[in-house]
Amino acid sequence: MSDILETPAASTALLKGKRILVAKPGLDGHDVGAKVIALALRDAGAEVIYTGLRKSPGFIARVAVDEDVDAVGLSILSGSHKELVAESIAALAQEGASAIPVFVGAPFPRRMCRLCSSSASRRSSPPT
Amino acid sequence: MTALKQKQDLDAEAPRGISPVTPSGVEAPRVVTADMVPHGAPELPGDYPFTRGIFPDGFRGRAWTMRQYSGFGTAEESNARYQFLLREGQTGLSVALDLPTQCGYDPSDPMARSEIGKVGVSLSNLSEMEILFDGIDLAKISTSFTINGTAALIYAMYVACAERRGIDPALLTGTIQNDILKEYVARGTWIFPVRPSMRLTADSILYANRTTPRFNPISIAGAHMRDAGCNAVEEMAYTLANGLAYVDELLRRGGNAEKFAKRLSFFFYVHMDLFEEVAKFRAGRRIWAEIMKTRYGVTDPKAQMFRFGVVCGGSSLVAPQPQNNIVRVAIETVAAVLSGAQSIFTCAYDEAFQIPTETSAEIALRTQQIVALESGVARSVDALGGSHYVEWLTDEMEKRIRERMDEVEAYGGAVKAIEDGWLQMRVAQRAHERKRQIDSGAFPVVGLNVFRKEDEDRGAVEVFRIDPKASRRVVEKYEAVMDRRDNAAVSRALDRLGAAAADDGENIMPYLVECCHAYATVGEMVARLKACWGEFQEPIRL
Repeated sequence: MSDILETPAASTALLKGKRILVAKPGLDGHDVGAKVIALALRDAGAEVIYTGLRKSPGFIARVAVDEDVDAVGLSILSGSHKELVAESIAALAQEGASAIPVFVGAPFPRRMCRLCSSSASRRSSPPT
Repeated sequence: MTALKQKQDLDAEAPRGISPVTPSGVEAPRVVTADMVPHGAPELPGDYPFTRGIFPDGFRGRAWTMRQYSGFGTAEESNARYQFLLREGQTGLSVALDLPTQCGYDPSDPMARSEIGKVGVSLSNLSEMEILFDGIDLAKISTSFTINGTAALIYAMYVACAERRGIDPALLTGTIQNDILKEYVARGTWIFPVRPSMRLTADSILYANRTTPRFNPISIAGAHMRDAGCNAVEEMAYTLANGLAYVDELLRRGGNAEKFAKRLSFFFYVHMDLFEEVAKFRAGRRIWAEIMKTRYGVTDPKAQMFRFGVVCGGSSLVAPQPQNNIVRVAIETVAAVLSGAQSIFTCAYDEAFQIPTETSAEIALRTQQIVALESGVARSVDALGGSHYVEWLTDEMEKRIRERMDEVEAYGGAVKAIEDGWLQMRVAQRAHERKRQIDSGAFPVVGLNVFRKEDEDRGAVEVFRIDPKASRRVVEKYEAVMDRRDNAAVSRALDRLGAAAADDGENIMPYLVECCHAYATVGEMVARLKACWGEFQEPIRL
């Protein structure tokens, strides 16, 4: 998250009043990252919707559209991020919502993060 | 959230002095003197309330069980890793299961597709377990399974696997984690609502007492709650509170505490603050023994003993400068030994971001062996006992742990706190707080927020890759079992399971064992139980 929110002031200006969906696609049950991000976004003035665990990419895309969110955050620790991020982005496209930016938290090193440039707009690796 | 500061600022903040405050917020005195520990050094090891350990001879009679949490891809690949670790001196197995197995989905399920074999091995039916333990004598090796939502099913499969090989289940040793309460709080592999899940856990414990008396049917686990954000005090407090909820459920189902309490075991993280960790375990032993004796009237010392295994703190490992994690794991292993843990899993240094390679897993195992054989810390039981500081800190931790336990009790107990999402909310808020401390540099982590090097990215680490074809092989094997099994026998067994689930007076375990013998799958068994009990509706409170 740190590389997205450069300073508290900037992040508050950027996020105030924005609606953000934080989602856990796939079967990974580690939700601490998702919850920390959700709380941080809320602190920065955003309105956060959290899906809870084990949601399919199709479900996440439908919620994103129904809730008219400004961004979607995906969190996956199991190592399935490559498949699940691609599927989630495809599902958003299918819902006609390709314009919604997606950010990702997953255990990938920077040099392996081809998703950053191709589809997902930002990423955040877990610090611990 | 506080932004991460620039490198120069971070290094400027590298601590010149050492913080007086422990990670749990205990302000340590500059020096502790004898008059601050009025009771002096407490009782001897092996004596109630077991502050100094549950065995009088500590590790002199027998070293702790050395396990490495492992499993990935197919049963064949995991079997090969187990054979390797056993050849290298590991003394017990620790089986990691993949998420479809943990959450009750067969490999053919669309939800399983991208997760097969990723964080553990796929074990959808008895045939896979037979492959997993091929060439391994189940009567001789102690096996620990990290499984919760489907723990009773995997335990039934293990019993069925032994029976198929002509091994008396009474000879089985090992542990099945089977702690569903902490899954709702932290790890997330719950399936059913809290109350039927508690029944499932209690049934498996009572069945184990009768059928596999040397096997630990539960390992009440704080590790995942610690990983999710709890500090050491909360980890111990919430785990003990969950433990009491299981005791209450077992009594409700007609269990005898003198008997079942002997087989309750615990599982924790051991983190970096060495003395706080030692004090945490010493306090935990004391509190558990005292509650078992006074609240439940348990008189057999074996049923008052707090037995636990540990894993090195996953959340203490960091991705930057990963080789530093070897040092962290060594310190944590020393803390675990000084705490008197019954089994230790050491983490591999690359575990902050991947499944260990064979080399990193071996270094982790060697770390335990070096601590055991070279460091001398295991020589004398509770070597830190009588240290003014450790005794003072043990008392302090005990007081704080009890306060957190009282808070859960005042809320209405662990089950209610979890059903309402109250405990989950507490843990998430603590995680958020810890992240802020790391981001601000208030909580120093070398390589992460102090002495950080820019533009480095795990350069020197060998990358572990799961065979991309493993998932397809798992599905093919699953389909082959579906084709060759007796489907009429499977249906009969599943029907009987469904009927048992609907009858609260039945113990469900024999029906699960029967299903496993018929090669019913984890997905099929879970579907029957879900049809009867429904699914957990996750309360979301942040």
